[in-house]
Amino acid sequence: MKFKFLTLVTVIALFLSSCGGSKEKDNPSESEAPATEEIKKEPVKEIATSEKIDLMAPTLDNKGIGPIKSVTLDAIDEIMVAKGKEVYKANCTACHKLKKRYIGPALANITKRRSPEWIMNMILNADEMLKKDPVAKALIAEYNAPMAQQQISEEEARAILEYLRTKIN
Amino acid sequence: MKTIFKSIFLFLITTTFIVSCAPSEKKGNSNKGAIAGNAAEKVYVAPGEHDSHYAFISGGFSGQLSVYGLPSGRLFRVIPVFSQDPEKGYGYSEETKPMLMTSHGFIPWGDSHHPDISQTNGSVDGRWVFINENNTPRIARISLETFETEEIIEIPNSAGNHSSSYVTENSEYVVAGTRFAIPYPQKDMPISEMKGNFKGALSFLKIDQETGHMNIDFQIMMPGFNYDKAHPGRNKSSDWFFFTTYNTEESHTLMEVNASQNDKDYIAAINWKKIAEYVANGGGKKVPANYAHNIWDDDKHMATTTMKKEVLIVEPKEVPGAIYFLPTAKSPHGCDVDPTGEYIIGSGKLAASMTIHSFSKMIKAIEDKAFDGDAYGIPIIKYEAVNYGAVAPGAGLGPLHTEFDSRGNAYTTFFISSEVVKWNIKDLKVVDRHPVYYSVGHLMIPGGNSRTPDDKYLVAMNKITKDRYLPTGPEVCQSAQLFDISGDKMELLLDFPTIGEPHYAAGIAAEKIASKSKKIFRLADNTHPYAVKSEAETRVVREGKNVHIYMSMIRSHFSPDNIEGVKVGDKVYFHVTNLEQDYDVPHGIAMIGANTSELLVMPGRTTTFTWEPKQVGVWPFYCTDFCSALHQEMQGYVRVSAKGSNVPISYTLDGDIPGKEDDL
Repeated sequence: MKFKFLTLVTVIALFLSSCGGSKEKDNPSESEAPATEEIKKEPVKEIATSEKIDLMAPTLDNKGIGPIKSVTLDAIDEIMVAKGKEVYKANCTACHKLKKRYIGPALANITKRRSPEWIMNMILNADEMLKKDPVAKALIAEYNAPMAQQQISEEEARAILEYLRTKIN
Repeated sequence: MKTIFKSIFLFLITTTFIVSCAPSEKKGNSNKGAIAGNAAEKVYVAPGEHDSHYAFISGGFSGQLSVYGLPSGRLFRVIPVFSQDPEKGYGYSEETKPMLMTSHGFIPWGDSHHPDISQTNGSVDGRWVFINENNTPRIARISLETFETEEIIEIPNSAGNHSSSYVTENSEYVVAGTRFAIPYPQKDMPISEMKGNFKGALSFLKIDQETGHMNIDFQIMMPGFNYDKAHPGRNKSSDWFFFTTYNTEESHTLMEVNASQNDKDYIAAINWKKIAEYVANGGGKKVPANYAHNIWDDDKHMATTTMKKEVLIVEPKEVPGAIYFLPTAKSPHGCDVDPTGEYIIGSGKLAASMTIHSFSKMIKAIEDKAFDGDAYGIPIIKYEAVNYGAVAPGAGLGPLHTEFDSRGNAYTTFFISSEVVKWNIKDLKVVDRHPVYYSVGHLMIPGGNSRTPDDKYLVAMNKITKDRYLPTGPEVCQSAQLFDISGDKMELLLDFPTIGEPHYAAGIAAEKIASKSKKIFRLADNTHPYAVKSEAETRVVREGKNVHIYMSMIRSHFSPDNIEGVKVGDKVYFHVTNLEQDYDVPHGIAMIGANTSELLVMPGRTTTFTWEPKQVGVWPFYCTDFCSALHQEMQGYVRVSAKGSNVPISYTLDGDIPGKEDDL
């Protein structure tokens, strides 16, 4: 079975490269690789499983995917909170409210549900998170709108986190 | 085992197919121009891959500038320059309207001609591209970070701005020469009294190296000939600028006969450095003028027009030793200088040959005073004293334009015989020739008019296509043809259609531009007076009959999206800010009945259109650019009440005043 598949791939690959010309140096495997990979992956729809996640349940062990591997939280830093509030106001409020579901989820108490790393990675690396992180995938399935990338720096994302730490009730 | 057999069998079949699908050389059809078997491979840019070069091709009578990739010939963008462009809202939005202002008022479309890329040390540097408007004389500067027109300056005392817009080796100046001689100053006078009374202004626009801003440093008031094409000197001749002239007869009617009487016209050689020094030391005379200078501001996201009231004039006689005429065969059109700066080529469009002058001979002739009289006080250098030679008769008919490779070859287009001729600059022998389809005007080699040609590709730009493409009624596309010139023989690779008439083009290696291409406008830098930085700032304000809507857009809603209190007879300003800060997420907006614009707003930008509602009702607006899966939901309503109604202004989003209900 596997043999047959390989044969077919080879034949198709040959066919594909044949009319392109005689340029054998051009790495033909590069154009095939994604095709075969997709064939293998296609049937597994991971979204189906992620839909079962309870979005209100804490997932504090999940650090998400992105540049932030570890965050140490100290006592609330008021200067950082003030800065975070400004960045939050300018970049987040078009889609998030604190107490009300809006385009995205309400963000009050978010630090009770999500780890600091997850929150910052979602701000900094939304595109990849939405594709790979099970919680982020469940969120987009629920809210439809993708999390916008707003060119926020790591320092600003940390300040937003600090601000959100103060929004607990 | 069986499987292996099977695969061998299949392999054989496929191999047979490979052999059979190789292009069999079309023998009977000479129109194919002997395309070699691997031409397709040479222009194939695989999906997702990038081209190696940008080509900025003039949009001709469309007034715009198009951006193509080479070698694929794919069109990426049409940059609006001298004409309104509904696709980009250019010339329709309140912010861009000033770009099209002139001393003749708002001009919605123009005739763009000769793009030229800025240079540093004689090489194209990818900062800006300049292009001239021929009809209502103007020069535009386009940013190669935003691919948007940043500045347009009108040229006074000029008409038919054709010997333009060429830049010197370090972008000190961009030049604009008048094609038509006109009265100076303009006045009401009999046309028949033209001779001796008309003038030809050659304008030198100084470029600010930081901002790129252009300023007319001086205009040389030359005799009333037609100044057709121009080229800055290169390398050793870089202090000089050369202009071809025709109608040295100074005729004003039935020009195709009367302007073709003289066997020789001139190339005007101008030592611009000398004149620039003269001006820097207080030379020249300021005279009244009236011309528009339009500048775009990327932080304010808007253009402003300033009417300038003065220009500095230099009369040739004021700067002795700066200007000479070089006799050149018959109404020369193209004026080109090779990368070494030694050879100055005038293409006598009515002659069978090109005149090649020598720069070093010219300098010697000036020292020796080898003159043959003068024209209006400008010394005419003896033909023999400056001429290097002519390209052998029979080289072709109707030479127009020449560009160069780095190996000592010149490539000249021949309009009448429809061909590109490659010849050796030193021995003037023809090396190769190739037909083009048809009636070629300009040609372009990336960097081919600079000191350092990047000589793999040549693009021929043709005036006529006739049978080359599927017919589209009486009006068919104009076209470019791509050649590979890396070998001994020119190889035709590709035909591709162009926008308008492709008068000229400028090319550059992609790596000089691509990495600095701007992705978004930073909201934090936006200083537009009607910008909003967050939804909390969105609002509606009435000022008499004017209603200003400060609106935001983000995937996928407007804020506010319900507006009431607008009345028939109001003028409603939609000031729309795109709050996105992500690459390639523009939003659009269209308002029913608005006749000014549907806008496409880039991330971080604020743009304004106006709407004068004429009918009572509840009228929708919507996003015109497919922005997300919820794009179809990106919409809103404006309630329009009757004139004199007392419905107050109100605005909401999801039932609340935007941003006000959340306790931050």
